[in-house]
Amino acid sequence: MTEASLYDQILDFSNRANPWPLYEKLRSQPVWQESDGTFVVSTYREIYALMHDPRLSSDMTNLLPQFADRVPPAEGPHSFITTDPPRHDVLRRLAMRQFGPPHRPDLIDRLTPALSGIVTGLIDKIAEKQEVDLVDEVAYPFPVAVICHLLGVPPEDEPKFSAWVNPIVNALARPTPEQVQARDDARQQMSNYMFELAQRRRTEPGDDMISGYVTDDSPDGRLEGGDLFATLMLLLIAGHETTVNLITNGWLTLQRHPDVLERLRTEPRFAIRLVEELLRYEPSVHILPFRTAVSDIEIGDTTIRKGHPIAVMLASGNRDPECIPHADRFDPDRADNVHLSFAGGVHYCFGAPLARLEAQIALTQLAKRLHNPRLVADPPPYRPSPVLRGPIHLRVAYESILPAGNG
Amino acid sequence: MASMRVVVDLTKCEGYAQCAFLAPEAFRMVGDEALMFDPAPPDELQEKVLRAAAACPVQALQVDMADLPTPPPTATVSADGDDRLRHEGRIVIVGASLAGLKAAEQLRAEGFTGKLTMIGDEPEEPYDRPPLSKQVQTGWAASADTTLPRRRDIAADWKLGVAATGLDLEHNFVTLADGQHVGFDRLLIATGVRARPWFVPEEAGLDGVFTIRTRADATGLRERLMAEPRRVLVIGSGFTGSEMASVCVELGIPVTVAEAGPAPLAGALGGVIGRIAADIMREHGVDLRVNTRVDSLQGEDGRLRRALLSDGTTLDVDVAVVALGGIRNVEWLQGSNLAVGMWGVACDAGCRAFDANGLVTDDVFVAGDVARQPQPMFGYQFLAMEHWGNSVTQAQVAAHNMISGKTDRWPHLEVSAFWSLQFGNNIKSVGVPVIADQIAITQGSVDKRQFVAAYGYKGRVVGAVAWNQGKWLDFYEKLIEQAAPFPPPYDMTNPPADPTPVPAEFPAMTYPGRDATVVVTGHDPSERRATLVRGRR
Repeated sequence: MTEASLYDQILDFSNRANPWPLYEKLRSQPVWQESDGTFVVSTYREIYALMHDPRLSSDMTNLLPQFADRVPPAEGPHSFITTDPPRHDVLRRLAMRQFGPPHRPDLIDRLTPALSGIVTGLIDKIAEKQEVDLVDEVAYPFPVAVICHLLGVPPEDEPKFSAWVNPIVNALARPTPEQVQARDDARQQMSNYMFELAQRRRTEPGDDMISGYVTDDSPDGRLEGGDLFATLMLLLIAGHETTVNLITNGWLTLQRHPDVLERLRTEPRFAIRLVEELLRYEPSVHILPFRTAVSDIEIGDTTIRKGHPIAVMLASGNRDPECIPHADRFDPDRADNVHLSFAGGVHYCFGAPLARLEAQIALTQLAKRLHNPRLVADPPPYRPSPVLRGPIHLRVAYESILPAGNG
Repeated sequence: MASMRVVVDLTKCEGYAQCAFLAPEAFRMVGDEALMFDPAPPDELQEKVLRAAAACPVQALQVDMADLPTPPPTATVSADGDDRLRHEGRIVIVGASLAGLKAAEQLRAEGFTGKLTMIGDEPEEPYDRPPLSKQVQTGWAASADTTLPRRRDIAADWKLGVAATGLDLEHNFVTLADGQHVGFDRLLIATGVRARPWFVPEEAGLDGVFTIRTRADATGLRERLMAEPRRVLVIGSGFTGSEMASVCVELGIPVTVAEAGPAPLAGALGGVIGRIAADIMREHGVDLRVNTRVDSLQGEDGRLRRALLSDGTTLDVDVAVVALGGIRNVEWLQGSNLAVGMWGVACDAGCRAFDANGLVTDDVFVAGDVARQPQPMFGYQFLAMEHWGNSVTQAQVAAHNMISGKTDRWPHLEVSAFWSLQFGNNIKSVGVPVIADQIAITQGSVDKRQFVAAYGYKGRVVGAVAWNQGKWLDFYEKLIEQAAPFPPPYDMTNPPADPTPVPAEFPAMTYPGRDATVVVTGHDPSERRATLVRGRR
């Protein structure tokens, strides 16, 4: 047998805690072709260019037939994340219409006090303890509560989503047959639930996003039927798994950099630049695993072949010293932080502003309220996925919880 | 005065809307990807604006130094660099607008610690002009609030409200209108352009006739637009004229556009795109008259009342906006023996000015709208790029070269780019469309007003325009840099209905220096000298 490729090693769970040395080796050439036909792109400039290249496709029906088994089987319509323009643009515009500018420009801004309130409540709940799993107590329930609130999912139904989302996320890269089965079951149940919820909102609309989707007539029409469910599933999954990782990776990084943690406690507005650097340094999404090309794309000496799978290594690009000065240093003061963590071009992360706010608020409150926090295990145990990478648990011990609003 | 100033580099902006999410009071999306911003948001928005600035995926949003500690100067002392110049030299920048300010910031950022003098004929600190025909006219920002943010302390001696009137290159000093002489070791000419006035002075002087280039222009026009004019006449339909027509539509004011050529924007983007622009204008209720000139503007008691057009009609109008392009501010250089004229100031790709002999100078540099430099990517033609982004990048190159040794100089090779926001459409362009012979729609749908078109010259890509599809232009910029084949010989996502190249339909280009008259004297090669002769136009 041949030796495992760098890409194989990156996907291998044993390297989840520290993929960075592998990324560094990967960057020794911008594009690798795996023996299974996949092209792997790892350097900043090439990733940036690819994300603005109209030959790159997110529509996996453009894969050559021999690669068709690489992607989740297509059931029904696709969300905007797996379509190309012009369909992508219409679906995304319809989805954005209930979420942000130009139609609802201040939805997220107005949510800010509620976000703080949710975090305060979650931290209050752990006041009697001296050690918790930060994932279970804060990082997970916070974004779930927010996305459920935005979409109009009743709070009592939130626990169901935890059970549905995990198997879907775990099957994102090279799933086993069991993982595929678990994923399909979860999708089916979630879809049934969303169908019922949408039906209710048609007759009893509120000011939530689902009500908007099923009642608002936009210039592009309504988001209906399979398109609606595809979009809702996407928002639910993408809307919290990534934020959980951002908050958890963020806290882990802060504990590893006590001086920065101290600045977060004391410097006003420090969280703004801190979170931007966290996004670069420890991104939630390490890989865009589902891309292909509608034409050959020449990059340097390599030609990415039409119809082949492409894996875009965002996290590796973020640490590319060719473009990012002292890329391996965690430096919240860096100027012109132009990371790839939300991708770029027309597929730029839909929920990025919300993710930023959530992380800024959660990390600031944690820093100010956890008295003498320390990691129980470093490195912590990681989730299986190499794509959405982050700790599955992050146990933190502390002396006490300070009251909210105290400095 | 507001404590915070903001500018968005709309050349870089790709319309990701992160700022509009995070500080909706200060940043507003128009359509899917065009951005309007408040250049002076109130103090209570400071935290939100800083959030917006940090979140910009392309770091296009610039705030006063407030958002970051000033980085230390980069230590780029070259082997043959002139250290005395860097530390004790005198640098004079004439023109206190965008290019001048960016050059000053670059000089300090690169460690220039000598004396820096900024000379400007307007009384204000450098301010941003694009909002004057957009946010200021729709009332979203005040003309006085467009002061450009400072990215660092430039520690300059400001001489504002006093124009430079002469340049003596024998003794290296600039003469000012008040008689002062300001000596220099290095000079940057960044005097830009002024609006071309209506060609009949008595008519131009009528109350209600405006050009739009300065803050004062913008303030006066805004007041008049608020006074419920019966109709506004826009003369010329380049970018400024088209944007003004769009503003009138937004304000609900009847507007007529008189365009001497065949279509709006045709000069910059060609006839094919011009017809699309014309359709959009008419869809929005603009009374667009192409191939039509304004024969005269008529007033009563000194106020504009009506306009006579070459199509034989008479319009009752209270406001006329003259949008006929600009005149380069070079008159003060006429005695300098530099190669200046209506074409501007010619310079090399490193921004060093040419004298009348065509010799490059070592201590006089040019940047911004007034500069005309050879463009290696575009047949080495001498082109003036009157774009916001060009002022920034050219000023930075000029500043760098002013204090760098000859092995350390940079060529200014940025692919030029510009944008316009009109009728809810975000129009962005890269490269030099005007030299193209063909155009091809490459992505999207013209009918839906969401498309990208590439411009070709003799089989290679030289430009592109995106209509509400600005996120793709980085790709075309690379095609231009690579001299890639036109039309692009491969499939793309979102293919257009018809990708066939057609003639781009640009008006014939003439080099504005074509009629320059030069007299050469002397016999021996060491004696031969050229002199520009003026006044023979």
